[in-house]
Amino acid sequence: MTAPLLEVRDVGQRFRASGGMFAKTRQVVAVDGVSLRLETGGVLGVVGESGCGKSTLAKIILGLIKPTSGDVLIDGRSLTTMDRRERARLIQPVFQDPFSSLNPRQRIRDIVALPLTAQGGIPAGEIRKRVDAMLSRVGLDPAMGERLPAQLSGGQRQRVAIARALVLHPRLVVCDEPTSALDVSVQAQILNLLAELRLEFGLSYLFISHNLAVVEHVASEVAVMYLGRIVERNEASALFHAPRHPYTKALLASVLTPEPGLGIPETGLGDAMPDPANVPSGCRFHPRCPVAVERCSRDSPTTERAGAGIVECHLAPVG
Amino acid sequence: MRALRNAGLCVGAVIVGFTLLVAIFAPILATQDPFAQDLSRRLIVPFWMEGGSTNHLLGTDQLGRDYLARLIYGARISMLIGIMTVVTSGAIGVAMGVIGGFFGGRIDDMILFAITARLSIPLILVALAVVSLVGSSLTVVVMTLGLLLWDRFAVVARVSTMQIRTLDFVAAAWSAGCSRPRILLREVLPNILSPLAVVATLEMALAILLEAALSFLGLGVPPPLPSWGLMIAEAKDYMFFSPWVIMVPGLSLCALVFGINLLGDGLRDLLKTGRTT
Amino acid sequence: MTALLEVADLHIGFGGLAAVRGASFTVNKGETHCLVGESGCGKSVTALAMMGLLPANAERRTAALRFDGQDIAGLSEREMSRLRGDRIAMIFQEPMTSLNPAYTVGSQMGEVYRRHRGGTRQAALDRAAELLERVRITSPGMRLGQFPHQLSGGLRQRVMIAMALMCEPELLIADEPTTALDVTVQAQILRLLADLQTELGLAILMITHDLGIVARTAHRVSVMYAGEIVETAPVFPLFAEPRHPYTRGLLSCVPVPGKVGRDEPLGSIRGTVPRIGPNFAGCAFRDRCDLARPDCSSPVVRHTLASEHSYLCQIAP
Ligand SMILES: Nc1ncnc2c1ncn2[C@@H]1O[C@H](COP(=O)(O)OP(=O)(O)O)[C@@H](O)[C@H]1O
Ligand SMILES: Nc1ncnc2c1ncn2[C@@H]1O[C@H](COP(=O)(O)OP(=O)(O)O)[C@@H](O)[C@H]1O
Ligand code: SF4
Ligand SMILES: [Mg+2]
Ligand SMILES: [Mg+2]
Repeated sequence: MTAPLLEVRDVGQRFRASGGMFAKTRQVVAVDGVSLRLETGGVLGVVGESGCGKSTLAKIILGLIKPTSGDVLIDGRSLTTMDRRERARLIQPVFQDPFSSLNPRQRIRDIVALPLTAQGGIPAGEIRKRVDAMLSRVGLDPAMGERLPAQLSGGQRQRVAIARALVLHPRLVVCDEPTSALDVSVQAQILNLLAELRLEFGLSYLFISHNLAVVEHVASEVAVMYLGRIVERNEASALFHAPRHPYTKALLASVLTPEPGLGIPETGLGDAMPDPANVPSGCRFHPRCPVAVERCSRDSPTTERAGAGIVECHLAPVG
Repeated sequence: MRALRNAGLCVGAVIVGFTLLVAIFAPILATQDPFAQDLSRRLIVPFWMEGGSTNHLLGTDQLGRDYLARLIYGARISMLIGIMTVVTSGAIGVAMGVIGGFFGGRIDDMILFAITARLSIPLILVALAVVSLVGSSLTVVVMTLGLLLWDRFAVVARVSTMQIRTLDFVAAAWSAGCSRPRILLREVLPNILSPLAVVATLEMALAILLEAALSFLGLGVPPPLPSWGLMIAEAKDYMFFSPWVIMVPGLSLCALVFGINLLGDGLRDLLKTGRTT
Repeated sequence: MTALLEVADLHIGFGGLAAVRGASFTVNKGETHCLVGESGCGKSVTALAMMGLLPANAERRTAALRFDGQDIAGLSEREMSRLRGDRIAMIFQEPMTSLNPAYTVGSQMGEVYRRHRGGTRQAALDRAAELLERVRITSPGMRLGQFPHQLSGGLRQRVMIAMALMCEPELLIADEPTTALDVTVQAQILRLLADLQTELGLAILMITHDLGIVARTAHRVSVMYAGEIVETAPVFPLFAEPRHPYTRGLLSCVPVPGKVGRDEPLGSIRGTVPRIGPNFAGCAFRDRCDLARPDCSSPVVRHTLASEHSYLCQIAP
């Protein structure tokens, strides 16, 4: 069996957050024992509420943060054994905020060319040709290359970010909420573009979002994250049709589809918000879980196989 | 309000630009020798007062030297000191601040300590001590001020770097495979220049005033160089009977410092609004 | 159905920009009216105009602006401020910007109450506690003594709602009240608003860009595009038979689980919302519309389907 494109092995990330001058420093558990696999050509969706560690996980996979524990492998090789140029040829990011993800002082052309210039040794004429081709491929006029980011709309900026990510023809693109800051009409344009480019360039995506409807549309497999852990992971169709974890169910119930007459769903989650600096004992979801039993506050549930995926809950159907 | 601020920026730019031009072209503009004494023609009044002559438009000083020529050459000294001090202290402060803010951790702790240490040094006292020990010359004044005035550059550069470092375009540059120096020079530095430009104007005004103060105390640039501070010092004995000798360099100093501050304020507003669009 | 808020031919301009161009709509007692559209369409400035809170550089012109039968277009700032927070209240997208970080939740809520109703500090605090309970906040006594930054985003929005309800307003204007929140918290907040509406008979003007929220909360919907209300209808006909190409386009953009397959493209609208000057004529959507015809640049007709359903487009039903 060949190694998968991406393998995340038991990755953990703790941050020390000082609570002010006189408070003692607290430990924030941002990511805790996360394992994931992604085969070439797949789209792995990661969903969860804000603060559950999605962006931290993305940064670890991009090699931007060295995790406190665990390892990330691309094609069976650890990220730590690669130099920055090799890593750049394999993985590229698209971030959420199209305003902060482009250097305001650089022309669009130079922003898109950055991964090429960082490789070194590529002639200027060649860089120019490839940047122009990529700009037109993402739907921008190459003449726009002379502009500054401030002269572009949010959707156009996100296209620039995509062009920058693809100009080296990487294998994996980590998309961290790529459409969360956009209007629905622009979101649809960007999602369609990402789908076309995936087929055309043979890409795989790690697609992070808090919008389940979006993830349902793009992902072949979905991981649900809660307070730094993956509490359920499965093939997309299985996860959406038969969610097993109570948190997945609550998330799914919260999706407001544009169908009048259905009213507002009751999530049953209560108002205790999760705090990664203070992870509850037992099952970390128990303070908000609508079906929790006494044992949930005492014992941590183990990771069980569930169909093609996994689930972490005392009460969830497994096997 | 906006237009008012822009007007301030223009006025500031005109004052500073004019002084700069005067400083650069001093040898052409000054028709007389600023060092030539003529004791028979001491304290001649400016042309607009009774008894003034068009020979000496601003009159002469207590040694009979042409006051306009001295004022023009004085602009040279002030601008030279202002710019050289900003260049020296800017280089030191920005390097320290950027390194601290970019690398964080131990390195940042050390930089922070250096900033705190510098802030606890009484500026004027140390400048006085150094100059009186080493002896006063233009180089000594510039070096002393340059080595003392870097703190604000360091503080601003450090905080701005820390903010920029966390932005997504820097993360994208790391992911693109850029090297550390490249990220520092191409991604971080260009984006902290605008707040630093404002600091530079403030420090320039401060350096010019400090030089004037040192010269007034006889510890700045040595006579017979025509520094505006020195001119004020030399004029103070004659100010009751010949008030213009103190007013001419005094008002020039005020106008220049005011102009630089207007420029800095205007620059800050301009850059602030430029950010959001 | 009696109308509580009636707006006719509202225009709002910022110098060379026409932000709202002839908007007319009605909010009935006890009903939710949703104003939906992409960002920059003029939804927020419309809401601010209702509250008399437009920025100083805005010019407003309107044929009628009536609240409960009374004309409020000509009210002085003093009279308007007496209405605000008392009979008309507003909540915003980011509660942190409308809560003062330096005061406790209790003192801010009490302050609103005493400004309109007077009474003792203790009475106001009691009222605040009662409302926190009403917006389903557990241990209201403790929350009253907390500062805004000590609350999570969802709790802050609940506090904002409680504060808005202090004086039992008849109309609540909610400008994207859940956009900054997680989907789970969003569902909780929207449910709370729906429950409060039935309990208190509140009329709500809900502003959002999310068609899911519109479908689930609205009685009536007005779709806003480039400062105009291009389609208005009760919620069922609007979703069943959208008429304006913009409404249709928006609906086709929304990913709905199970509707569009993974490798099929979503529907989309090309381009972005234009900024429109005061002398613009014709349909503002024509550059993005697939059905645009030459006559779309001449003044557009409003077609009425049923008494309650109308849209603004050159193409007849
Ligand atoms: N550099 C950091 N230092 C301290 N805490 C951090 C840092 N980065 C993230 N965190 C914390 O880790 C948690 C997870 O954050 P993040 O990964 O950004 O979540 P998400 O992307 O799911 O919203 C949050 O509580 C956040 O405050
Ligand atoms: N204070 C202001 N000055 C100038 N233009 C403004 C101001 N406020 C809003 N606008 C403009 O008015 C238009 C409508 O804005 P807004 O009502 O906030 O849109 P929405 O809420 O639908 O996203 C936008 O083009 C916006 O740029
Ligand atoms: S383990 Fe218990 S608390 Fe956790 S999700 Fe399952 S039922 Fe809920
Ligand atoms: Mg995130
Ligand atoms: Mg708005």
